Order: sequence, then C-alpha cells, then structure tokens
Amino acid sequence: MTAISSDRSPRPLQSAPARQTGLYATLLPPLLWMSLLYFIPLVLLLIYSVWKLESFEIVKTLSLKNFQTIASNAAYRTVILRTVFTALGVTLVDAIVALPMGYFIAKHGGRYRGLLTMLVILPLWSSYLVRVFAWKIILGYNGILNTALLSLGILREPSSLFLYNQFSTVLTFSQVWLPFMILPVITAFERLPDSLLEASADLNAPPWTTFRRVILPLVTPGILAGSINVFSLTMGDFITPSLVGSPNGIMLGNIIASQFGVAYNWPLGAAFALVVMVIVFSGLTIALRKGATL
Amino acid sequence: MNGKIVQGTTTPRTQPKPWLLGIWTTLVFAFLYLPIAVLVLMSFNRSRILSLPFKGFTLNWYQMALKDMALQVALVNSLKVAAVATILATGLGLLAAFAVYRYQFFGKNAFRIALNLPILLPGIVTGVAMLAYLSDLGFELSLITVILGHAVFGLPVAFGPIVTRLGQFPRSLEEAAYDLGALPGRVFRDILFPYIRSAVVAGALLAFTLSFDEVIVTIFLTGRDNTLPMEIWGRLRTDITPEIAAIATLILLGSGVLVLLSQRVAPAD
Repeated sequence: MTAISSDRSPRPLQSAPARQTGLYATLLPPLLWMSLLYFIPLVLLLIYSVWKLESFEIVKTLSLKNFQTIASNAAYRTVILRTVFTALGVTLVDAIVALPMGYFIAKHGGRYRGLLTMLVILPLWSSYLVRVFAWKIILGYNGILNTALLSLGILREPSSLFLYNQFSTVLTFSQVWLPFMILPVITAFERLPDSLLEASADLNAPPWTTFRRVILPLVTPGILAGSINVFSLTMGDFITPSLVGSPNGIMLGNIIASQFGVAYNWPLGAAFALVVMVIVFSGLTIALRKGATL
Repeated sequence: MNGKIVQGTTTPRTQPKPWLLGIWTTLVFAFLYLPIAVLVLMSFNRSRILSLPFKGFTLNWYQMALKDMALQVALVNSLKVAAVATILATGLGLLAAFAVYRYQFFGKNAFRIALNLPILLPGIVTGVAMLAYLSDLGFELSLITVILGHAVFGLPVAFGPIVTRLGQFPRSLEEAAYDLGALPGRVFRDILFPYIRSAVVAGALLAFTLSFDEVIVTIFLTGRDNTLPMEIWGRLRTDITPEIAAIATLILLGSGVLVLLSQRVAPAD
C-alpha cells in the first residue's frame, strides 16, 4: 500500500508468479488456436506454391515453375492488373462516397447519429449473395434501370451496356463493401474536434481550404482503415465478377477458386494466393506508413 | 438558415450548408438499400423468374420458402455454425485482448498484427490455406471444418472492439478494487467485465453476422452439409426463384428486429 507514486508507470497488480500464470492462461489459448488453424496453414500455402503439378501428381520439390507460369503468361498478367485496378477503383469510389456522408452523420447527425450508423450496418444483415444478385435484376436488359429509362423516354430501347462489364463489377463491389468504408470514416469524424473547424473558419479559411488542410489530414487514418478493408475484400472476391462481371472479366479470386476446385492444381492456386497476399501486404504497408489506424 | 445564427450566446461562426451533405447522405442510403428494396419487391412478384415485369402481388414464395426442407436444414446449419464459431471466437478474442491489455511480453505488437491477419488478408487466402492444411491432415470437410474456418476470422472480429474498450479502462478502478481486498476473479466479474460488456456483445454480434453470411471461406471448407449461403449459391447458378428473395427478406426482417431489440436492451454508453 505505497502512496501514489509520482511516475506514471502502472503499478503491478499481481505478484510475479501470478503474472506468469495469468499471461500463459490468457495468451496461450488464442496463440495455439491461431497457430494450429491459421499460421501453420499459411506456411503450408507458401510451401505448396513452390511445389508443382506434373501429370496430375503434386511433385514435392522446390520449384519456381508456378511463378514462372504466372509471370510469363500475358493473360495472367492482365488478370492481376485488372484485379488491382478494380480494387483501387472500388476503394476510391467508396472513399469519395463515404467522406461527405461520414461528415454529415458524425457532425450533423445529432441524436439520430446512432440510428444512422445502425442503418449503415443493417444492409450487411441481408445475404451478400442476394444483394449481388439484385444488381443483375437492376442492371439487366429487362432490368429496373432499363425500364425506368424507357418510361422516362431517355432510352428508346433497352440497353445491354449496364450489366456484365467492368462498370457493373465496380458498381456492385462499391455497394456491397460501402459500409466497411463508412464506419471508420464516421469514427474518424467523431474524433475531429469542432473547435478546429471553428478556428479555421475564424482565420477566414474558405470551406475548401478547411477541408483540405484541416479535415482531410485528420480523417485520413480512418479513410485508410476503410481502404484496407475495401481493397482486401475486393482483391479476394470471386462472387461478384462471376455473377455481374464480364465473361472476360475474371479476377484473381476466380483463378484461385478454379485451381483449388475444378483444375485441381493446388500448387498453382497457392502461388496465385501468394500473389494476392503480396499485393495486399504492399497496400497495407503503404496505408500504415501514411498513418492508417488498425 | 437565419434562425440558426441567433440561437445561443456563442453563435456558431460559419454554419456550413448541411443540406447539401444531407441530400448526399440520403442518396447514399438510397444506393445502400436499392438492392434490398428490389429483393423485397421481387419476393412479392407473381412471376416465377427473379426479374421484371411485376406481374402482381403474391405471398406464394413465402409459403414455399417456409415449406422448403432444404432451405430449413441449411438455415439451421448456418445458425449452428455461427453460434459455435461465435462462442469460440469471442472467448478466444477476449483472452487475447486481456493478454494484450494486462501483460508485457515478447513480440506483443507482432502478436496483435498476426491476430488481425485473417481480416486483413482476403477470405480466399484463409479458405485455401485451411483447405490445403485440413485435407493434408486427413480431415473430412464438414460443418466442423466450416466452424473452424469461421472461428479463425471471427477471432480478430471479436478481439478488435474488446481490446479497444479495455484500452480505455481506467486502471485506478482495478487498483482500488484490489486495495479493498477483492480477488482477481471478483475484480474481473464485478469491475472489468461490466465495463467491457457492450464491446464483448458488439464483437460477438459482428462475428455471428459475418459467419452467418460468409460465402468465400465456406465454399472451400464445406462438405455435404450446406449452410444457407451455400444453398443460395447453388440455386443462384441453377434454379433461382423468388423463394430466395423471400427467405432473404425474412432474414433481414428477423435480424433487423434483433438489432433494434439489442439497441433497446444494451445500456447506452
């Protein structure tokens, strides 16, 4: 029962042996669980990627053949680029859509803030698959968009331009992942003190300057956190491209799924999964450097 | 607009024009709910195919969905998987959060990042890695393997809110309890847990939701027994009828009610 010490370091609440036991009891179960079911599988995936398939048999010797296949095949390179650009595009669209909305909900939501935040999350409780499928009903030839445009007299006959292309892929991705961007942005705006905005206005900064020099730097960590979510979710998805995308618009997820499914070339599939991991890690590193909050 | 300026003594200096932002927010909400509105509409459509034109109102698809054995079995499977995975994920996430909050240990930061990998990396990586591993070990794919997969990505989902809340816990409360002679178990039950309870509930709810609707990890780890998303995925590619729209509407309705109830029950903090 010593008096309150002047230094801020927390006083140990337990004796050393009790601390040891406590540490083991809390740390070991999750550590073991994740090691046995996630970290070791990830390592195995790395190992698979340097094996190869020869006449339907997996040859378990070190080989870089899968990576050579990926690097030398122009079609595969196109898929990689398409996947990265789609993921970046979706992330950008969601950031632009989420920023004004997050600002409005956090700063002008008043007593409805909690409810509005809840309404952002609620769509996630409807089936992801069905939401993606709904975009087919909206964008299709006999779809709702075409029907609306026809009845408004904007189109004279239905257009097939809205579905099964890059536009429908990006649109659908943007919609299904949008809550994952809006939520961290709302949190970031909630942390932004009103006094800074008032100070900026007092100094006669026009709204755009306040946005660029005060708001944006302070909410960037939130935007980056949301971007990590959206980018990663898009990089690995194969549902949306296969339901609403172009027949030639497959993404890395589709290739991995088919290598682990029908083609049964697990080493090549693992190598593609590694490509996805490297790209996501690069994105993550950049985001963390720029101050993303995890 | 003018009314706003005179209220109060400290007048807000430049009220931005929130109506523009309000319109934007409304439009975004419309965008978010458009597919759901379409789905609800289609569930009442007399047409056999999931598309326009609207041929008249019917509740037929709801009757069919409620009688559909395959859908019911899949729904029960999904609930089982999500329940078990959530318990595992939340329990382990709570332990991990407590370890991070309370103790100093070697590689603590790395541990935190590593725990978050399953949600930082795309689900497909988790799916194929676990598939390769479990089949190398000779595990047969079943609902058990699905549960294991869901619990793996559920752990960081539950861990996140709990560790954040623990970080805000005023340590002096704990010290005071110990000073008054409380035992560690009692301190956890009476002081610490009430403080983090809503974060635990939030984390568990999130883990449950994500498990209940998970497709990508599940595709790789599922055996003969379908979860609801797997059943829907199968039908989307073959014989999709508005029955699916009906069941999806019912689920949205059910979860909407649950969420509103939990808002009422959960203490506001």
